[in-house]
Amino acid sequence: MADTRPARWRLAGAALALALAAALSGAALAADAPPAAADPVAEARMMAIAAELRCLVCQNQTIADSHADLAIDLRQQIREMLAKGMDEARITDYMTERYGDFVLYRPPFKASTALLWAGPALLVVGALAGLFTVLRRRQRLGDEAFDPPTPDDDDPR
Amino acid sequence: MRRFLWPLVLFLVLVGFLAVGLKLDPREVPSPLVGKPAPAFQAPVLARPDARIARQDMLGKVWMLNVWASWCVACQQEHPVLVAYARQPGATPVYGLNYKDQRDAGLGWLQRYGNPYVDSVYDPDGRIGIDYGVYGVPETFVIDREGIIRYKHIGPITPATLRDTIEPLLRKLHG
Repeated sequence: MADTRPARWRLAGAALALALAAALSGAALAADAPPAAADPVAEARMMAIAAELRCLVCQNQTIADSHADLAIDLRQQIREMLAKGMDEARITDYMTERYGDFVLYRPPFKASTALLWAGPALLVVGALAGLFTVLRRRQRLGDEAFDPPTPDDDDPR
Repeated sequence: MRRFLWPLVLFLVLVGFLAVGLKLDPREVPSPLVGKPAPAFQAPVLARPDARIARQDMLGKVWMLNVWASWCVACQQEHPVLVAYARQPGATPVYGLNYKDQRDAGLGWLQRYGNPYVDSVYDPDGRIGIDYGVYGVPETFVIDREGIIRYKHIGPITPATLRDTIEPLLRKLHG
């Protein structure tokens, strides 16, 4: 069916679809436009900081990604703090003073986070040690231990 | 026997961890503010726009700060508990923090559901909320005579949390 249509129509259709998609995505972007994106450099710095911070409302998103009201407020807060000349470390401190280390996607290594950081390594070491002992034990067994059991093979234990 | 026991022990440990994990609420993030001075504020009173209220005014008394908003559904659920508590003789004063709300909406909400607050601090842009690390309304802070935050509750207060956690703490603080 479609092949019988003149190529012109198909082109026009494609162009229309493209224009529609562009308009729609434009509208979506406009809805999310930050209130004060005057300075793209400052905005990029703000987003870099926000990308390191966890949104407490939707906890698997960063403040940079989240559409939650709190994240929007906190982005505005970061913008204003940057405008006041505060640096990244000061702003991150400000956030952890209020929301705790939990807001940091890369929490500092200290007593309360030691297990978090060292846990995966400890698990790997433990698993390798377990595997190693099992293999060593099997190596020391005689060949007959690997023979299939015979029907009248009573377990002496 | 021993080699069959080990996997069982590991399994039980795993079940233990998972059972504890089920009971944990990931929304309840321990606040770093507990044990620290309550952040300062100086803001208009919800009911009287020309009057202001500040943290310094509270020094010397034990008080509670309850963060609420008219748009907050869980606040409605918690509200009767607070109203009933505030009616009791000798109740600790409860102040409200009207968070990211509109004055008319907030006042109308209090009229409809009752007003347990001595006063409500009006925080339309949520700045005081950010200072208090608010991320899920309702939240409730217990603050002692020296202005130190002693306890923070996230989510609606139930009669059980009030009876088992907050009231014993308040009795201790009143000493």
